[in-house]
Amino acid sequence: MGRAPAIEFLWWEGCPSTEATLAMLREEVAAAGLEVEDIDVREVSNDADAVREQFVGSPTIRVDGLDIQPLPNEPIGLSCRVYRLADGRISPLPDRGEVRQTLLDAMKGE
Amino acid sequence: MAEATATRVGEPAPGLELPDTQGRMHALPASGEVPATVVVWTCNHCPYALAWHDRIVQAARDYEERGVRFLAVNSNDADRYPHDSLDAMRERVEAESWPFPYLHDSSQDAARAWAAQVTPHLYVLDADLRVRYEGAPDADHMEPGEEAAWLRDALDAVLEGAEPERSSTAAVGCSIKWKP
Repeated sequence: MGRAPAIEFLWWEGCPSTEATLAMLREEVAAAGLEVEDIDVREVSNDADAVREQFVGSPTIRVDGLDIQPLPNEPIGLSCRVYRLADGRISPLPDRGEVRQTLLDAMKGE
Repeated sequence: MAEATATRVGEPAPGLELPDTQGRMHALPASGEVPATVVVWTCNHCPYALAWHDRIVQAARDYEERGVRFLAVNSNDADRYPHDSLDAMRERVEAESWPFPYLHDSSQDAARAWAAQVTPHLYVLDADLRVRYEGAPDADHMEPGEEAAWLRDALDAVLEGAEPERSSTAAVGCSIKWKP
Protein backbone atom coordinates (compact mmCIF):
# COMPACT_ATOMS: atom_id res chain seq x y z
CA MET A 1 0.00 0.00 0.00
CA GLY A 2 1.25 3.48 -0.87
CA ARG A 3 0.94 6.73 0.99
CA ALA A 4 -2.46 7.88 2.22
CA PRO A 5 -3.56 10.97 0.28
CA ALA A 6 -5.75 13.69 1.73
CA ILE A 7 -9.27 13.16 0.38
CA GLU A 8 -11.92 15.86 0.55
CA PHE A 9 -15.59 15.57 -0.35
CA LEU A 10 -17.49 18.85 -0.65
CA TRP A 11 -21.24 18.92 -1.10
CA TRP A 12 -24.22 21.24 -1.31
CA GLU A 13 -27.73 20.22 -0.39
CA GLY A 14 -29.26 21.49 -3.66
CA CYS A 15 -28.01 18.48 -5.64
CA PRO A 16 -29.45 15.00 -5.36
CA SER A 17 -26.21 13.27 -6.30
CA THR A 18 -24.45 13.67 -2.96
CA GLU A 19 -25.30 10.35 -1.35
CA ALA A 20 -24.55 8.26 -4.44
CA THR A 21 -21.24 10.00 -5.05
CA LEU A 22 -20.13 9.74 -1.44
CA ALA A 23 -21.05 6.06 -1.41
CA MET A 24 -19.03 5.51 -4.55
CA LEU A 25 -16.07 7.42 -3.13
CA ARG A 26 -16.19 5.39 0.07
CA GLU A 27 -16.23 2.15 -1.92
CA GLU A 28 -13.22 3.20 -3.96
CA VAL A 29 -11.33 4.44 -0.92
CA ALA A 30 -11.95 1.14 0.86
CA ALA A 31 -11.02 -0.85 -2.24
CA ALA A 32 -7.73 1.05 -2.39
CA GLY A 33 -6.98 -0.01 1.18
CA LEU A 34 -7.47 3.45 2.62
CA GLU A 35 -9.50 4.48 5.64
CA VAL A 36 -13.01 5.60 4.76
CA GLU A 37 -13.14 7.60 8.00
CA ASP A 38 -10.28 9.74 6.76
CA ILE A 39 -12.40 11.31 4.01
CA ASP A 40 -12.93 14.94 4.97
CA VAL A 41 -16.62 15.48 4.23
CA ARG A 42 -17.65 19.14 4.29
CA GLU A 43 -20.94 20.82 3.51
CA VAL A 44 -20.89 24.03 1.49
CA SER A 45 -24.06 25.77 2.56
CA ASN A 46 -23.80 29.39 1.44
CA ASP A 47 -22.00 31.73 -0.92
CA ALA A 48 -19.36 32.61 1.66
CA ASP A 49 -18.54 28.93 2.09
CA ALA A 50 -18.36 28.53 -1.67
CA VAL A 51 -15.86 31.36 -2.01
CA ARG A 52 -13.76 30.11 0.87
CA GLU A 53 -13.70 26.59 -0.52
CA GLN A 54 -13.33 27.74 -4.16
CA PHE A 55 -16.33 25.52 -4.73
CA VAL A 56 -17.43 25.14 -8.37
CA GLY A 57 -20.27 22.71 -7.79
CA SER A 58 -21.56 19.72 -5.91
CA PRO A 59 -20.24 17.17 -5.42
CA THR A 60 -16.55 18.00 -5.55
CA ILE A 61 -13.83 15.49 -4.77
CA ARG A 62 -10.26 16.60 -4.17
CA VAL A 63 -7.30 14.35 -3.65
CA ASP A 64 -4.25 15.99 -2.14
CA GLY A 65 -5.96 19.29 -2.84
CA LEU A 66 -6.46 18.62 -6.54
CA ASP A 67 -9.92 18.34 -8.10
CA ILE A 68 -10.44 14.95 -9.74
CA GLN A 69 -11.85 16.71 -12.83
CA PRO A 70 -10.59 20.31 -12.70
CA LEU A 71 -12.88 23.05 -14.01
CA PRO A 72 -10.62 26.09 -14.08
CA ASN A 73 -13.09 28.40 -15.83
CA GLU A 74 -16.18 27.41 -13.88
CA PRO A 75 -17.73 30.15 -11.73
CA ILE A 76 -17.63 29.65 -7.99
CA GLY A 77 -21.04 29.10 -6.45
CA LEU A 78 -23.73 26.80 -5.17
CA SER A 79 -24.61 24.60 -8.12
CA CYS A 80 -24.57 20.99 -9.27
CA ARG A 81 -21.48 19.85 -11.14
CA VAL A 82 -21.53 18.52 -14.63
CA TYR A 83 -19.17 15.57 -15.00
CA ARG A 84 -18.15 13.84 -18.21
CA LEU A 85 -17.90 10.09 -17.99
CA ALA A 86 -15.33 8.09 -19.90
CA ASP A 87 -17.96 7.17 -22.49
CA GLY A 88 -18.84 10.83 -23.06
CA ARG A 89 -22.14 10.86 -21.19
CA ILE A 90 -22.98 13.83 -18.99
CA SER A 91 -23.45 12.86 -15.38
CA PRO A 92 -24.04 14.43 -11.98
CA LEU A 93 -21.59 11.86 -10.61
CA PRO A 94 -17.92 11.56 -11.51
CA ASP A 95 -16.63 8.58 -13.40
CA ARG A 96 -15.87 5.75 -11.00
CA GLY A 97 -12.77 4.79 -12.95
CA GLU A 98 -11.46 8.33 -12.77
CA VAL A 99 -11.96 8.40 -9.01
CA ARG A 100 -10.16 5.07 -8.66
CA GLN A 101 -7.24 6.11 -10.86
CA THR A 102 -6.84 9.43 -9.08
CA LEU A 103 -6.64 7.66 -5.73
CA LEU A 104 -4.15 5.10 -7.01
CA ASP A 105 -1.96 7.76 -8.60
CA ALA A 106 -1.96 9.78 -5.39
CA MET A 107 -1.01 6.73 -3.37
CA LYS A 108 1.97 6.24 -5.66
CA GLY A 109 2.87 9.88 -5.25
CA GLU A 110 2.11 10.76 -8.87
CA MET B 1 -32.25 16.16 -2.08
CA ALA B 2 -34.18 18.44 -4.38
CA GLU B 3 -37.43 16.75 -5.35
CA ALA B 4 -40.61 18.41 -6.49
CA THR B 5 -43.63 17.83 -4.29
CA ALA B 6 -46.25 20.02 -5.92
CA THR B 7 -48.79 18.00 -7.87
CA ARG B 8 -51.61 19.65 -9.72
CA VAL B 9 -52.63 16.88 -12.04
CA GLY B 10 -56.15 17.39 -13.30
CA GLU B 11 -56.12 21.13 -12.63
CA PRO B 12 -55.79 23.86 -15.25
CA ALA B 13 -52.19 24.89 -15.85
CA PRO B 14 -51.26 28.43 -14.87
CA GLY B 15 -50.95 30.89 -17.71
CA LEU B 16 -47.60 31.67 -19.23
CA GLU B 17 -46.28 34.58 -21.26
CA LEU B 18 -42.52 34.70 -21.75
CA PRO B 19 -39.98 35.74 -24.38
CA ASP B 20 -37.79 33.24 -26.16
CA THR B 21 -34.11 33.72 -26.91
CA GLN B 22 -34.96 35.95 -29.88
CA GLY B 23 -37.37 38.11 -27.92
CA ARG B 24 -40.51 36.57 -29.43
CA MET B 25 -43.35 36.15 -26.96
CA HIS B 26 -44.91 32.74 -26.33
CA ALA B 27 -48.08 32.30 -24.35
CA LEU B 28 -50.33 29.75 -22.76
CA PRO B 29 -53.07 29.60 -23.78
CA ALA B 30 -52.02 30.10 -27.37
CA SER B 31 -54.16 30.98 -30.33
CA GLY B 32 -55.35 27.89 -32.16
CA GLU B 33 -56.02 24.45 -30.81
CA VAL B 34 -53.14 22.26 -29.74
CA PRO B 35 -53.84 18.62 -28.83
CA ALA B 36 -51.15 18.52 -26.16
CA THR B 37 -48.52 20.82 -24.73
CA VAL B 38 -45.31 19.99 -22.91
CA VAL B 39 -43.75 22.60 -20.65
CA VAL B 40 -40.35 21.71 -19.26
CA TRP B 41 -38.34 23.69 -16.77
CA THR B 42 -34.71 23.27 -17.67
CA CYS B 43 -31.42 25.17 -17.62
CA ASN B 44 -27.90 25.22 -19.02
CA HIS B 45 -25.79 24.10 -16.11
CA CYS B 46 -27.61 21.25 -14.37
CA PRO B 47 -26.23 17.76 -15.11
CA TYR B 48 -29.69 16.22 -14.81
CA ALA B 49 -31.20 18.68 -17.27
CA LEU B 50 -28.30 18.16 -19.65
CA ALA B 51 -28.38 14.38 -19.36
CA TRP B 52 -32.10 14.27 -20.19
CA HIS B 53 -32.06 17.03 -22.80
CA ASP B 54 -31.47 14.97 -25.94
CA ARG B 55 -34.30 12.62 -25.01
CA ILE B 56 -36.71 15.52 -24.60
CA VAL B 57 -35.56 17.00 -27.89
CA GLN B 58 -36.11 13.69 -29.65
CA ALA B 59 -39.59 13.41 -28.17
CA ALA B 60 -40.37 16.91 -29.44
CA ARG B 61 -39.25 15.91 -32.93
CA ASP B 62 -41.18 12.65 -32.81
CA TYR B 63 -44.44 14.28 -31.67
CA GLU B 64 -44.21 17.33 -33.92
CA GLU B 65 -46.29 15.66 -36.64
CA ARG B 66 -49.07 15.10 -34.14
CA GLY B 67 -49.18 18.77 -33.30
CA VAL B 68 -47.71 18.61 -29.81
CA ARG B 69 -46.31 21.93 -28.64
CA PHE B 70 -43.13 21.96 -26.54
CA LEU B 71 -41.94 24.93 -24.47
CA ALA B 72 -38.73 24.99 -22.41
CA VAL B 73 -38.41 27.52 -19.60
CA ASN B 74 -35.31 28.69 -17.76
CA SER B 75 -36.05 30.52 -14.50
CA ASN B 76 -32.63 30.42 -12.85
CA ASP B 77 -31.02 33.54 -11.41
CA ALA B 78 -28.58 34.45 -14.17
CA ASP B 79 -26.74 36.97 -12.02
CA ARG B 80 -25.46 34.24 -9.76
CA TYR B 81 -25.43 31.54 -12.44
CA PRO B 82 -24.02 33.10 -15.60
CA HIS B 83 -24.36 29.83 -17.53
CA ASP B 84 -28.09 30.55 -17.45
CA SER B 85 -27.93 34.06 -18.87
CA LEU B 86 -30.08 34.98 -21.84
CA ASP B 87 -26.96 35.16 -24.01
CA ALA B 88 -25.91 31.69 -22.92
CA MET B 89 -29.42 30.38 -23.59
CA ARG B 90 -29.36 31.92 -27.08
CA GLU B 91 -25.95 30.45 -27.86
CA ARG B 92 -27.15 27.01 -26.88
CA VAL B 93 -30.36 27.14 -28.89
CA GLU B 94 -28.45 28.21 -31.98
CA ALA B 95 -25.58 25.75 -31.54
CA GLU B 96 -27.89 22.81 -30.89
CA SER B 97 -30.78 23.73 -33.22
CA TRP B 98 -33.49 23.31 -30.64
CA PRO B 99 -36.86 22.29 -32.09
CA PHE B 100 -38.79 24.30 -29.49
CA PRO B 101 -38.50 27.78 -27.96
CA TYR B 102 -36.36 28.34 -24.88
CA LEU B 103 -38.19 30.84 -22.73
CA HIS B 104 -36.53 33.22 -20.31
CA ASP B 105 -38.37 33.66 -17.01
CA SER B 106 -36.22 36.50 -15.71
CA SER B 107 -38.71 37.52 -13.01
CA GLN B 108 -39.10 33.89 -11.88
CA ASP B 109 -42.85 34.54 -11.72
CA ALA B 110 -43.64 31.61 -14.00
CA ALA B 111 -41.63 29.17 -11.90
CA ARG B 112 -43.44 30.38 -8.79
CA ALA B 113 -46.85 30.16 -10.45
CA TRP B 114 -46.19 26.63 -11.65
CA ALA B 115 -44.42 25.59 -8.46
CA ALA B 116 -41.57 24.27 -10.57
CA GLN B 117 -38.82 23.20 -8.23
CA VAL B 118 -36.08 21.46 -10.15
CA THR B 119 -34.58 21.12 -13.60
CA PRO B 120 -35.82 19.23 -15.44
CA HIS B 121 -39.46 19.36 -14.37
CA LEU B 122 -42.00 18.37 -17.02
CA TYR B 123 -45.68 19.13 -17.36
CA VAL B 124 -47.90 17.51 -19.99
CA LEU B 125 -51.12 19.42 -20.68
CA ASP B 126 -54.15 18.26 -22.62
CA ALA B 127 -56.03 20.27 -25.26
CA ASP B 128 -57.89 22.10 -22.48
CA LEU B 129 -54.54 22.94 -20.84
CA ARG B 130 -55.21 20.76 -17.85
CA VAL B 131 -52.17 19.09 -16.31
CA ARG B 132 -52.19 15.38 -17.12
CA TYR B 133 -48.63 14.49 -16.11
CA GLU B 134 -45.93 16.17 -14.10
CA GLY B 135 -42.53 14.94 -13.10
CA ALA B 136 -39.46 13.42 -14.72
CA PRO B 137 -38.99 12.45 -18.38
CA ASP B 138 -38.26 8.83 -17.46
CA ALA B 139 -36.86 6.65 -14.73
CA ASP B 140 -33.11 7.16 -15.19
CA HIS B 141 -31.21 10.25 -16.25
CA MET B 142 -28.14 8.09 -16.89
CA GLU B 143 -29.84 5.68 -19.30
CA PRO B 144 -30.45 7.15 -22.77
CA GLY B 145 -32.32 3.96 -23.67
CA GLU B 146 -35.16 5.10 -21.43
CA GLU B 147 -36.04 7.54 -24.25
CA ALA B 148 -38.21 9.80 -22.08
CA ALA B 149 -40.67 6.92 -21.73
CA TRP B 150 -42.82 8.55 -19.04
CA LEU B 151 -43.20 11.67 -21.13
CA ARG B 152 -44.08 9.62 -24.22
CA ASP B 153 -46.55 7.46 -22.31
CA ALA B 154 -48.31 10.57 -21.02
CA LEU B 155 -48.40 12.15 -24.46
CA ASP B 156 -49.74 8.99 -26.08
CA ALA B 157 -52.52 8.82 -23.50
CA VAL B 158 -53.44 12.49 -23.84
CA LEU B 159 -53.47 12.27 -27.63
CA GLU B 160 -55.81 9.28 -27.39
CA GLY B 161 -58.08 11.13 -24.98
CA ALA B 162 -57.18 8.80 -22.13
CA GLU B 163 -55.72 9.31 -18.68
CA PRO B 164 -52.00 8.63 -18.45
CA GLU B 165 -51.33 5.47 -16.49
CA ARG B 166 -48.66 7.35 -14.59
CA SER B 167 -49.79 10.90 -13.82
CA SER B 168 -47.06 12.07 -11.45
CA THR B 169 -43.46 11.15 -10.69
CA ALA B 170 -40.72 12.70 -8.60
CA ALA B 171 -38.95 15.35 -10.64
CA VAL B 172 -35.32 14.71 -9.82
CA GLY B 173 -32.76 17.36 -10.67
CA CYS B 174 -31.10 20.56 -9.59
CA SER B 175 -33.09 23.04 -7.55
CA ILE B 176 -34.23 26.14 -9.37
CA LYS B 177 -31.83 28.93 -8.51
CA TRP B 178 -33.97 31.60 -6.89
CA LYS B 179 -32.93 35.20 -6.67
CA PRO B 180 -31.94 36.35 -3.18
